[in-house]
Amino acid sequence: MRDFQIVILWSDVLVWLLLAAGIGVGVLIARSPPLLAAWRRVSANRIGMAAAIVLLAFIGVGLLDSLHYRPALESESRQERGQERQYAVEVLSLLDLLAIPLRTKNEKTYSAPFATRLYAMETLEVPGLGTVREFPRLKYGGSHLGEREDAVFADAGLTALRVGALAMLGWLALAGAAALAVGGWQTGGAWVGGWRRIWRGETAFAWNAVLATLAVILLVALPLFALAGQYHVFGTDKVGQDVLYQILKSVRTALIIGLVTTLVMLPLAVLLGIVAGYFRGWVDDLIQYLYTVLNSIPSVLLIAAAVLMMQVVIDTHPQWFATAAERADLRLLALCFILGIMSWTSLCRLLRGETLKLRELEYIQAAQAFGVSSWRIILRHILPNLMHIVIISLVMDFSSLVLAEAVLSYVGVGVDPSMTSFGTMINNARMELGREPVVWWSLAAAFAAMFLLVLAANLFADAVRDAFDPRVA
Amino acid sequence: MLDVKDLRLGFIAGRKTLAAVDGISFAIARGETFALLGESGCGKSVTAQGILRLLPAAGRVLGGSVHFADEELLALPEAAMRAWRGGRMAMIFQEPATSLNPVLTVGRQIGEVLERHRALTGEPARLRMLELLRQVGIADPERRLDEYPFQLSGGMKQRVMISIALAGEPELLIADEPTTALDVTVQAQILDLLVGLQAERGMGMLLITHDLGVVARMAHRIGVMYAGELVEVAGREDFFGAPRHPYTQALFAALPEVSRRGRKLVTIPGQVPSLAAMPAGCRFADRCPQVMAICREQSPDWRPVADGHQVRCHWQGTAAATAVAEPAAVAVEGDGAAFLKVAELKVHFPIRKGILQHTVGHVRAVDGVSLAIAPGRTLALVGESGCGKTTVGKALLQLIPPSAGSVVLAGSELVGLSGRRLRAARRQMQMVFQDPFASLNPRLRVGEIIAEGMAALGLATASAAQAAAVAALLQQVGLPAEAAERFPHEFSGGQRQRVAIARALAVQPQLLICDEPTSALDVSVQAQILNLLKTLQAELGVAYLFITHNFAVVEYLAHEVAVMYLGRIVEQGSAEEVLGAPLHPYTQALLSAVPVPRLGEGGQRIRLAGETPSPAKPPAGCHFHPRCPKATDLCRQTYPETTAASPTHRVACHWARLEARAVLIQM
Repeated sequence: MRDFQIVILWSDVLVWLLLAAGIGVGVLIARSPPLLAAWRRVSANRIGMAAAIVLLAFIGVGLLDSLHYRPALESESRQERGQERQYAVEVLSLLDLLAIPLRTKNEKTYSAPFATRLYAMETLEVPGLGTVREFPRLKYGGSHLGEREDAVFADAGLTALRVGALAMLGWLALAGAAALAVGGWQTGGAWVGGWRRIWRGETAFAWNAVLATLAVILLVALPLFALAGQYHVFGTDKVGQDVLYQILKSVRTALIIGLVTTLVMLPLAVLLGIVAGYFRGWVDDLIQYLYTVLNSIPSVLLIAAAVLMMQVVIDTHPQWFATAAERADLRLLALCFILGIMSWTSLCRLLRGETLKLRELEYIQAAQAFGVSSWRIILRHILPNLMHIVIISLVMDFSSLVLAEAVLSYVGVGVDPSMTSFGTMINNARMELGREPVVWWSLAAAFAAMFLLVLAANLFADAVRDAFDPRVA
Repeated sequence: MLDVKDLRLGFIAGRKTLAAVDGISFAIARGETFALLGESGCGKSVTAQGILRLLPAAGRVLGGSVHFADEELLALPEAAMRAWRGGRMAMIFQEPATSLNPVLTVGRQIGEVLERHRALTGEPARLRMLELLRQVGIADPERRLDEYPFQLSGGMKQRVMISIALAGEPELLIADEPTTALDVTVQAQILDLLVGLQAERGMGMLLITHDLGVVARMAHRIGVMYAGELVEVAGREDFFGAPRHPYTQALFAALPEVSRRGRKLVTIPGQVPSLAAMPAGCRFADRCPQVMAICREQSPDWRPVADGHQVRCHWQGTAAATAVAEPAAVAVEGDGAAFLKVAELKVHFPIRKGILQHTVGHVRAVDGVSLAIAPGRTLALVGESGCGKTTVGKALLQLIPPSAGSVVLAGSELVGLSGRRLRAARRQMQMVFQDPFASLNPRLRVGEIIAEGMAALGLATASAAQAAAVAALLQQVGLPAEAAERFPHEFSGGQRQRVAIARALAVQPQLLICDEPTSALDVSVQAQILNLLKTLQAELGVAYLFITHNFAVVEYLAHEVAVMYLGRIVEQGSAEEVLGAPLHPYTQALLSAVPVPRLGEGGQRIRLAGETPSPAKPPAGCHFHPRCPKATDLCRQTYPETTAASPTHRVACHWARLEARAVLIQM
């Protein structure tokens, strides 16, 4: 008997399928020289590659958070009686396993970053002094310091410095490997030569940007995680949960919203857009009316109505779900689906216009003159020539969808309240902005993380657009 | 007046600077027209931009000097330069449709220049604008002044553009291919206008063109550019009488014309070297028939050959060693029975208006065209833009469904066919399109492009047979077999057009519809394609329907000619009859408007007024009567019947019919 049970959530399936599809597309791209050339141009773009590294870090966190299991309950008596092993109701992920200290070290309520005491006064019974109102010590934050509470700065600095030095060493090893790879193994001065070429930006792949980004990530992330074991680096929220942990959990939600939604909208947009542009006539009219109508409905209202209906369905069928996580997961997918239905219109309109232009081109007419069937023309001649628009808008839409989730969760029609997302974090922190002294860290951390993710996605989208723009190529 | 010395212009590409113009020197005197002649990509336009200091963002002035009236332009600050642009020097661009701002009225756009350079505003400015518009021959200038560019025709826009250029009263006018985008009859009007204005004002003019005919019409002195260098500078007599540089000679020899019928055109092998890989010696060496060892090592210096005639060439000879005038293979003459018969073909596009999109009228793009083509023959369909000739081609292929009429191909009627039977019919007929850059899918390999037709029509479906067929086709059009694995963007325009021809030939059609296949190509490349088409016709017995506006090509290639005007054929007959003794006034005017690349040619020119009317509202009676110099009341009332002047020669004109009758009576 294992002491855990693997749980496969629907969103996990989609995430891993997406990853597989991404790898598949990568293989296809490697076979098509013009696409490969375009991606080479992306890889030569410094800002684009730096953004890609940041995105990869986010995706790594998201993937770790997409392997779920239920730990076994420690109940020996049952085991002895030969009963089946019972598993916890709580669904955990690999990320939770790695971040046990973050997940379990919960305080009572708010505490500031690197604080050793709570943010709220409490009345305590102190032997010898009677009842005292003071800020009580945190259970975990800085507990290793004991009485030396004023030594937080020195202690944290020392730990950060040590781990930072370690991170630097790790980075040097990486950089060395990269220099060797660039310089080539055989030549004598491979190391130096490779390093010089990287440093001067003479490599086709933007190694210098990648290495610099990696250095920054390592120098920030490693000390942060080292400190996270002893302190609440981003503070804690109302129920005492570590904010850093919430941020890590939010990454998956954001990625799923961004990726699965595009998965829903892409087939709709591509198919309807091309069909409308290529066949014209009543098909075109129908599709145009469809997206004009969809566009003219206020999207937040429609999404709110759909989410509320979904909620009713979920609430009336509790037997469908074994755990709360599954319920929250279904709601997340439903949200993705609804967002996808709402957001295909702009890409569809774009593709329709481009198809209108393409179908008048002479190579399409030449194909028609050969009697090539319409679907074959669409697949062979039109779709490949639209791919640059699709790729660009995919990456662009990703960031707007992450933002849309935040807005919807803020309004209250977003993800399940039990699920952590940037939107729910901001929503929870909203009330605290009004209190004095202000609780700023929850909001600031969520804001910073989301900003980083969206900025990276946008910069990467810019690089992709530059590389795929046929006017440049 | 303008003195350009050793001007070098380049582009920044990555970290390198590529010299697009490498040390050219010339001078233009007051009242003189200096023509810069060269093929695309040789640096003509960049030179003009460099003189005005209007280089694109990546462009750089690398050296040299531009003196204008004793002022060094390259040293002026940008703010001072603005007083020169449009003030003392003005430029006319190639494309009149895009060089006017569509959201400003004509008056505003002329007024802008008047305000900046002549400090005229209000009523005096308006008077001056009217005067300018009258000068460039625009009727009713009061109304035109308040109109927007979309309300004007192409020729009219170019006139407005010229009037804008003249508004600053420039001493030097730079005209960058001013008539390339225009029809021959309009081109003739604009060229006349430019000549007249120049004589009147004593302006200097820098004319940039690739058309030897325009040069012969306009230029006093000519500079031939090749790969960023001037290779020959000569006065017009010397240039047309005794060109010395092998490149200039080859340009003349590559021109298709009637005297070269039945012979292969001289082509210039190879391509212009790319900017990144300029040869160290003479840049023309690799393509030169007179190449010597020294050419590859040392770039030649200027060598005067006559007064005002300089050439940059090591070769001392004078005339090309009697150009290789090998006769082209003679086409197999068919039995004369028509293989394609088109009767009363009509294509009308409905004009829809209002919310309910009801039809309020029709654009009669093609309005009753009858044609017949015999196997192995070439029928040229000639006409100005918008006359419906391309629509005829597409309607024949059923790419555009005809509104009425019949297309009989090898005994079977095509109109109304669909699905499988239409596909079978299309095997017999294919099309070569105008723009080789738009007619090949950039995402497919050349092999896939050529094989597409075979696969779609169910020929050679096995991949081995297909590959063999593709290789054979590539060889037939003169491309290496490994071209099949490459993508269209790796080829030059001429090579792409060969691929397009190979694609059309892949299904072994008996009729090839060539829609201006050479109009996007340079003269030397055009000669290659024309030779190829002629060879293919001789080998395969393909018939061509050659849609074009280029009379030189028609003279060289066509057996029969049909002239179209506003959707109808106005004159039709064998090439000798139509081109040698045209009966319709429109054909006569067209032929006389074509600029001839020779001196002293011309006789009297027939100048047509106005431009082709819209096919949505053709004039009552004979469509041509508003522009016809011989129009009578009869012409204004009824469309003329088609009359036969000879068994093969038919014309639709009242006047020509009377003439013909008069001739008959005299005999």
